[in-house]
Amino acid sequence: MNTSTIENKESLGTYENGILYPSPVMLDLNDLKKVYPTPKGDYVVLEHLNLQIMKEEFVTIIGHSGCGKTTMLSMIAGLNAISGGNISVLGNPVKGPGPDRGVIFQAPSLMPWMTALQNVMLGVNQVFPHATKQQRKDIAKYYLHKVGLDGAFDKKAQELSQGMQQRVGIARAFAIKPQVLLLDEPFGMLDSLTRGELQDILIEIWNKEKITAVMITHDVDEAIFLADRVVMMTSGPRAKIGDILNIDFERPRTRKSVLEQDDYYAYRKHLIDFLEH
Amino acid sequence: MKQSIVLTKVNDLVGSFSSGSVAGKVKLGSFKFDVKSIFRKFVIPLLSILLFIGLWQLGSKALFNMEADYKIEKALADQGAEAAEAMKACIASGDISCQPNTLPSPSQVWQSLQTLIADHKVISADKDAFAEKTAALNAKREAEGKAPITYTGRPSFVDQIFTSLKTVFAGFLLALIIAVPIGIIIGLSPVLRSSFNWLIQIFKPVSPVVWLLLVFMIVKTMTKDSNSDSAFIISFISVGLCAMWATLVNTAMGVATVDKDYINVAKVLKLKPLQKVFKVILPSSLPLIFTGLRITLSVAWMVLIAIELLAQSPGLGSFVWEEFQNGAIDSNSKIIVAMFVIGIIGFLLDRLMLTIQNMVSFNKSEAI
Repeated sequence: MNTSTIENKESLGTYENGILYPSPVMLDLNDLKKVYPTPKGDYVVLEHLNLQIMKEEFVTIIGHSGCGKTTMLSMIAGLNAISGGNISVLGNPVKGPGPDRGVIFQAPSLMPWMTALQNVMLGVNQVFPHATKQQRKDIAKYYLHKVGLDGAFDKKAQELSQGMQQRVGIARAFAIKPQVLLLDEPFGMLDSLTRGELQDILIEIWNKEKITAVMITHDVDEAIFLADRVVMMTSGPRAKIGDILNIDFERPRTRKSVLEQDDYYAYRKHLIDFLEH
Repeated sequence: MKQSIVLTKVNDLVGSFSSGSVAGKVKLGSFKFDVKSIFRKFVIPLLSILLFIGLWQLGSKALFNMEADYKIEKALADQGAEAAEAMKACIASGDISCQPNTLPSPSQVWQSLQTLIADHKVISADKDAFAEKTAALNAKREAEGKAPITYTGRPSFVDQIFTSLKTVFAGFLLALIIAVPIGIIIGLSPVLRSSFNWLIQIFKPVSPVVWLLLVFMIVKTMTKDSNSDSAFIISFISVGLCAMWATLVNTAMGVATVDKDYINVAKVLKLKPLQKVFKVILPSSLPLIFTGLRITLSVAWMVLIAIELLAQSPGLGSFVWEEFQNGAIDSNSKIIVAMFVIGIIGFLLDRLMLTIQNMVSFNKSEAI
């Protein structure tokens, strides 16, 4: 399954001595393992997990609650120690968290005492220390504008609604120009209307920036609408990749155009069959 | 009966504003009159104050009678019927020499308050006169490099209040300077937290009196050769040491329990340790730190009185103690005045802290 996707993305590089160069692989999870020690002995969450994610690819991950999706994502982010195997970003092994892997958490996780702009600036200041203050402000404002928060730059984060807060979360993640964007069910806490709005915003910015994205979701429709590939994880313990589904819809997509595709229901059935088997 | 009269009056008053309003609510300019909320916010508290004063009046009357009866009986037993009659007449006449000494009535306390204020006016006039008299002399002494002559007369009740406030703020600042940084350091490191825990648990419940004695041992030696105000130093350090524990524990807890999401954000952004402390950890633990500081200030004010009383340092505590030792006819009512003043100042200090807390903390709903 993995090799087939590399072929799909052949246009990204050229073959040199039989090796595709530059490597189209952004993120490589190799024989990944996660073990939590418990008083009753080790609990193996993930084992023999292999996954390659290409540059400029949008991958969504679905699986049952507690199967280890979030564990995997936080291991990629470097927030959770790796028990076995390795993760590399552009060939460099992950040793800890860093701004090359932006994270959008399930809860917006904004600093409530800061304004929307300050929250985005917190990351921008960190990543572009040599830019002038004005330049950094412009970057932050640009992304806040992109997520539709033009009037709310100076509002305290706690004054914003949950949906608006998550918009700031999206702006914060994109503004630090990460190589990989990790999204841990970012819209899970929102009502379906707001969720749709935010999906549109996310995909609009993503179309422009083409940052490799890995997103966990519980929502089958969301998974299909956003992704190039949907990765299905088996239930834990010892979870691994169960199946991968390529979504061959043209980009840019709209919700309407996706629903009109003939394959849509086949994809949907495939995912639901996997989840219910 | 009394209640219902007050009620109808208030209803009439409000009713006159709300001509024809159905819900009893009427907008008068920007003010909103709401019978229920006026009743709850003003009438009920007022009634409770009246009830309190009434009970106090009855109680002091009963105690007065008990004490009077006891005095008359004693006179009868010791000196016979004639002396008893004389004592009865003397008490009835209100003569100072034979008044029963017991819980003063509200009106006596009110009178003592007036006396204390008048006394303050006399003393401050005295002070002004003294300053005027010595102004020329002090200027001359200053030119010669000598210490100026200061007023050494008795401090008034109001002076005592300010002395106490000065001591409590010095103690509070000391607590803040010690407890907040240590709390942050302990909160950041689980190892330090567990190694300091026993110390905190042991020292936290130590009584103010013992702290005072400990500080006394140290300060007495250290200030032997200087002419500094050792009573003040001893009392403010003791106050600070007694009161700092709440802040220490709360700060450590606040820092240790910062939302994991914020910490993760800081990690992902690779904030440097100091940035992490000042941009993420401190702001997010401010509500708890201020809860601690509020407790610290109220504890400081509470122990201050006891410490002043023991340390012989001037202030409300020594005022209360001196009045108690004095045993004059209005001593008891002066003590009650001091009690109310202490209570009201304590309440105001707490409100002050609450206001500051609401100003600086991000989460308004947490501060109550």
